[in-house]
Amino acid sequence: MSGSTLAPTLDGTQDAVRSPRRGRISVDRKNLLRTSLTFGVLVVIALIYIYPFLIQIATSFKTDADATASPLSLIPETWTSSTYVTLFTSDLPFPRWAMNSTIVTLVVTTGRVLFCSMAGYALARLKFRGRGLVFAGLIAVMAVPGVVLLIPKFLVVNQLGIYDSYAGMTIPLLADAAGVFIMKNFFESIPASVEEAARIDGAGVFRTFWSVVLPMARPALITLVILSFQGSWNELSHFVVSAQSPELYTLTKGVATLASGGLGQAQQFPLKLGAAALMTIPVAVMFFIFQRQIMSTTEGAVKG
Amino acid sequence: MSRRGANKSGTRSNETTAGWLFTAPALIILGLFLVIPVLMAAWVSMSDWNGRGSPFASTVGFVGSDNYRQVLTSEGGLQARDFGTAMRNNFWYVVLVVPLQTIASLYLAVLVNRKVLRGRGFFRTAFYFPSVTSSVAIVLVFLFLFSGSGAVNQILGWVGINGPNWFADPRGVLQLLLGTVGIDSAPSALLDHGFLSISWWEWLAGPSVAMSALVLLAVFTTSGTFMLLFIAALQNIGGEIEEAGMMDGANGWQRFRLITVPMVRPTLFTVLTLGLIGTWQVFDQIYVGTQGGPAKTTITPAYLSYTASFQQQNWGQGAAIAFILFFVIVVLALVQRWVLRERTTVSRRKRYLPAQTGGGQ
Repeated sequence: MSGSTLAPTLDGTQDAVRSPRRGRISVDRKNLLRTSLTFGVLVVIALIYIYPFLIQIATSFKTDADATASPLSLIPETWTSSTYVTLFTSDLPFPRWAMNSTIVTLVVTTGRVLFCSMAGYALARLKFRGRGLVFAGLIAVMAVPGVVLLIPKFLVVNQLGIYDSYAGMTIPLLADAAGVFIMKNFFESIPASVEEAARIDGAGVFRTFWSVVLPMARPALITLVILSFQGSWNELSHFVVSAQSPELYTLTKGVATLASGGLGQAQQFPLKLGAAALMTIPVAVMFFIFQRQIMSTTEGAVKG
Repeated sequence: MSRRGANKSGTRSNETTAGWLFTAPALIILGLFLVIPVLMAAWVSMSDWNGRGSPFASTVGFVGSDNYRQVLTSEGGLQARDFGTAMRNNFWYVVLVVPLQTIASLYLAVLVNRKVLRGRGFFRTAFYFPSVTSSVAIVLVFLFLFSGSGAVNQILGWVGINGPNWFADPRGVLQLLLGTVGIDSAPSALLDHGFLSISWWEWLAGPSVAMSALVLLAVFTTSGTFMLLFIAALQNIGGEIEEAGMMDGANGWQRFRLITVPMVRPTLFTVLTLGLIGTWQVFDQIYVGTQGGPAKTTITPAYLSYTASFQQQNWGQGAAIAFILFFVIVVLALVQRWVLRERTTVSRRKRYLPAQTGGGQ
């Protein structure tokens, strides 16, 4: 408080005019200092978070020797695109991995969006016998930690005869309890009047769902697409236990073999980081397009 | 609602059929690949199945609790030692990652949530981006950053620290610290007794240097997600309470401790629980980055369950490890719930006054 009499002269007249209460001024000054300090801290932290990705991209354009000699620099000594040439033209089946990832991601995303929205709709709107039971079952299923199911999942996939096939890689991922909850919560948040009108006009349950409800659910569907896309594109452990032949490697599994010595003794960091950068692109593009949506999805998912 | 009531008799049976039809695909898939697997694994964990043919074939024998005993008690020899080591490794991983990621994400959320901040969107994006990228890609980047002559060691070199060869260094961090104060051999009391087939001295080794790098990786990739949860919680608090605290003369740290933390307590609980459950399941990073090495200091129960089954064809043991891990996670989650609930009531009473002033604006 003692500083407040001094503050106006130091602060300039503007503040004194704007705020008639004298105590405010020293608070403003302190705030300014604190804000710039915070800003500085944030910039440093942001640098720590972003710099690894910049290094990743820069290194992919370096030669092996350059990458090892100056791991921190963002400008290659000599620019070379040999990483990308190798990835796309050598015996390394990188394009094949990318194709597998694309197939799996498309199938899983389509399936999840369809099945989760159907189940979510039924749980939110249809009054049917056994609904409580279904709901409780879903909650129980969500509580089982995923990694614990690795071996068990293999057992079933194997028993069903779909081990080492696209079917084994995709079918177990087609439904996701968390997705059902997201859709259920969404349907509960929109008024039922429109669909009820459609039903009274004689449309069946499925017809109503398909041509009235789904179009209204666009925001939630986008959320679900993002989560499913990201989840299946980045999935590793399920593919580890559901397939083994190299023709079925996805990007995650293939690039993982690069890390664990699939390249022989050589370090070849530019190649590894280039592959890692390429596999990040689709998710990154998705992320930047739907940034706002993504930032609010996590919240909804957990509330569910 | 009134409309549905009027229409009730016509739609009831219709809705039951539709309801089951609509939920059927999701239920079948979840049942087939989540519920049945658990039952099947329960059987395998008590059998001597070797991975050939069906686990239900007549040649597969029932061995009772043998698989569990071999993993949990010293009669299992190497397997039991591996499991003990995996639990040790994962224990330290959890002990470090859970608090670090919680503190980091809450700190980032508080920083980013300021109203006057320029470029808030940019910062949020920057902190969240690592969370959306694939764990495989991030592990590769970290392998490079933390290599012997990598970026991290170069930065450490600026301040005169000779960094270790991170991912190849099996030395325990805690034992390294003890070494600096002159304790470099174990007291026999710690060597002779132990838990889960490894001695207390081995438990006390702490996370290896390699595991510490994985700890940093985990904090790097998860803090963004949890930051978003905290931001959502902070936005619910609103500026008035904070301002009231300011008027009452509370400084930044006091406001954080007495207003922010109590108000985001439910989210804090969620983050701690999700963190605990997630960190006991670490698999991808090990599979991609270290394969359990160096000197088994990064094997985890999840990874061990995978190698026991797929590499050593010891399916019964792999399944048993998975079930033990499940049990550990459930028990710890319940314990945590209980501990946090206790503390909530105590601190509410303790913070009754300041919370009242903060809330009574």
